[in-house]
Amino acid sequence: MSWTWFHKLASPPHAYRILGSLAPWFGWASLALILLATWWGLVKAPADYQQGDGFRILYVHAPSAWMSMFAYVVMAIAAGVGLIWRIKLAHAAAAACAPIGASFTFLALATGSIWGKPMWGTWWVWDARLTSELLLLFLYLGYMALRASFDDPQRADRASAVLALVGVINVPIIHYSVDWWTTLHQPASVTKFDKPSIQLAMLIPLFIMIAGFQLYFGWAVSRRLRGEILRRERNANWLREAS
Amino acid sequence: MDLQGFIHMGGYAQYVWPAYGLTALILVWNWWAARRSEAEALTAAQRRNELARERSS
Repeated sequence: MSWTWFHKLASPPHAYRILGSLAPWFGWASLALILLATWWGLVKAPADYQQGDGFRILYVHAPSAWMSMFAYVVMAIAAGVGLIWRIKLAHAAAAACAPIGASFTFLALATGSIWGKPMWGTWWVWDARLTSELLLLFLYLGYMALRASFDDPQRADRASAVLALVGVINVPIIHYSVDWWTTLHQPASVTKFDKPSIQLAMLIPLFIMIAGFQLYFGWAVSRRLRGEILRRERNANWLREAS
Repeated sequence: MDLQGFIHMGGYAQYVWPAYGLTALILVWNWWAARRSEAEALTAAQRRNELARERSS
């Protein structure tokens, strides 16, 4: 098997160009899907028989919680690839994921808190799901703080990659926390191997929103990664032509 | 659904709307921050190139 495609993809000028042409597609598609899902979730989907219209917070809470974990896994894989094969672009991709993932983690915690007040009667409870999600936020913040504490980008890459990889243990803990411990947070209703215990009419806008958030993440990572590439490729000749 | 009922959200308006508003805020922030991050890096790269050009000429 030829690896030329891989080396070409991992070359900064090539990645810079590809990301530049992909980003608008991600951006417009995500905008369309997020608007569609917002309308569907707020207007078209039926009210829940127990939670009434309060359940509609699901359409922003679950996708942001999903993205908080997805972004972390992408970040950890990129950091691992960078650490093992010494690919600078992979480290740059990991760095690009962190602030986006942190913002989605904050959003998951905040929307969950807003949802918890009317349904549980409290903004916050130290149960396993909420605590492990809060730990995820600290992992993102720690990762970014660690990167910022080094002047040498290569040392920042290596040290932060180790933190990202160690922290990835927390992702399955978040996911299975509702099964392993008694939590106030409800168990999974969508990501189950048998039939999801949620009506299809309620499920469709949720999947559209998750797809929209994924594409949005793709857009934001593309933009930030282009910035990271420019910052790292200080004296490369191709930059002279690109900028 | 009529507009008033929609805004009322079955009595959950004070929870549903802040949750959606905060989501919009985070999405807009990410959009702004990612664009700014890229634009700043580009300006810095262009400045470096100009300096290099001046030095070489």
